[in-house]
Amino acid sequence: MTDFFGIPLPALFGQLVLGLVNGCFYAVLSLGLAVIFGMLNIINFAHGALYMVGAMLAWMILEYLGLGYWWSLLLAPLAVGLVGIAIERLLLRRLYQLDHLYGLLLTFGLALMIEGLFRDLYGVAGLPYAIPDELSGAIGLGFMFLPKYRAWVIFASLAVCLGTWYLIEKTRLGAYLRAATENPKLTQAFGINVPLLVMLTYGFGVGLAGLAGVLAAPTSQVGALMGSNLIITVFAVVVIGGMGSILGSVLTGLGLGLVEGLTKVVYPEASATVVFIIMAGVLMVRPAGLFGREK
Amino acid sequence: MDFTVRRGECISLLGRNGAGRSTTLRAVMGLTGRRSGSIMLNGREVVGMAPHRIAQLGVGYCPEERGIYASLSCEENLQLPPQVGSGGLSLDEIYDMFPNLKERRNSQGTRLSGGEQQMLALARVLRTGARLLLLDEISEGLAPVIVQKLGEVIRQLKQRDYTIVLVEQNFRFAAPLADRMFVVEHGQIAAEIAQHELEQKLGYLQDMLGV
Repeated sequence: MTDFFGIPLPALFGQLVLGLVNGCFYAVLSLGLAVIFGMLNIINFAHGALYMVGAMLAWMILEYLGLGYWWSLLLAPLAVGLVGIAIERLLLRRLYQLDHLYGLLLTFGLALMIEGLFRDLYGVAGLPYAIPDELSGAIGLGFMFLPKYRAWVIFASLAVCLGTWYLIEKTRLGAYLRAATENPKLTQAFGINVPLLVMLTYGFGVGLAGLAGVLAAPTSQVGALMGSNLIITVFAVVVIGGMGSILGSVLTGLGLGLVEGLTKVVYPEASATVVFIIMAGVLMVRPAGLFGREK
Repeated sequence: MDFTVRRGECISLLGRNGAGRSTTLRAVMGLTGRRSGSIMLNGREVVGMAPHRIAQLGVGYCPEERGIYASLSCEENLQLPPQVGSGGLSLDEIYDMFPNLKERRNSQGTRLSGGEQQMLALARVLRTGARLLLLDEISEGLAPVIVQKLGEVIRQLKQRDYTIVLVEQNFRFAAPLADRMFVVEHGQIAAEIAQHELEQKLGYLQDMLGV
């Protein structure tokens, strides 16, 4: 068996793929956070909770409606997006005149309430969600076996990130979004319905979190705390990448997932902290993040 | 403050810095937050309306700080405002009017020179079909040749029957263009001067504006 500095290659590649899968979740989640922060100037602490809601909805859709994975992939993000729209309309909208801190506190409170609700309903033990038949099994690549579902998560996440990038950077709607992010008042004075854009942006951003939740459901057990475990790392990713940069958050997410995977092979003891060590280093050299612009 | 602008007319709000001229335009656009009083547009009350609804009634606003977006290219800046009426200039007509903008169309909006940015800010509202143009200090800080160019454009727009409100500090720029001039002081209209009264009231104007 070939190996790399004493590490068997299949194990190395296995961890790298797992790292990439985690990186995909970081990327999709931090992408949503970046889009929301750019437009609403709100650090959305409810993001992890809404990711969990996406996963729980996938489980509930199967359990109560008998609809499978592919339906969940469509319905759960939509439902989470609608919840987001309601949150924006009823709560966040009242905070735009106030300091950022209020948005942070409100979304943090919401996260606690949403998690508490699901904890109350379903407990903290994880619920199983099976990999759909079409995606179970693995592909032999010669040097390793690639589980089909992991390949699918990587493919789907990258497609979502690329689609979002295209939407924002290359379309007319995206030009409205960029303009409204930069100068909301003037953009509205040109006849663009900025409050509506803001509402849809929040819905879209948390919809992405819901989508990530559905993608994650078959990779681990579904439970009320799955979001809060992940979101701390995602915030570190956002800090490293720099707030407000779309491409930056995607690349940082993927890169840090890989680094984490690699650390698991080389020095497993540090795998849970390596992201935060990198964060500290980046903050010392580039306080605005790798892709952020200093204001 | 109470004044009327007739359709197809070009008026100018003159006055010193801080007299309240820009605020007047911002209030018309609904950008000043809570407003009281009455602003009628083609017989419709707009004082309670959101800015985007007011713009959709056919109002084009060119802010004093120009408001060119750094995150958009020159052409994206130009294409940004949605149509709010029929009969706006086409992109080709705009590029004929401002050839510089065609050359720089792929540049980042804020990389343009001050004069180009001002042309862009003006051109941007001409594309939308807005018939009422609120132009805030468009001649400010620009080279004489560009100011002259902008004056020509305004003259063309008058011929096309646009309704124009010019907020100006540059009396020499506004005087030949405006059908009527309002002198604004402390948030009030201190005097109204028609084009034909200009000569006899020149002394008064220079006094008021400190030119």
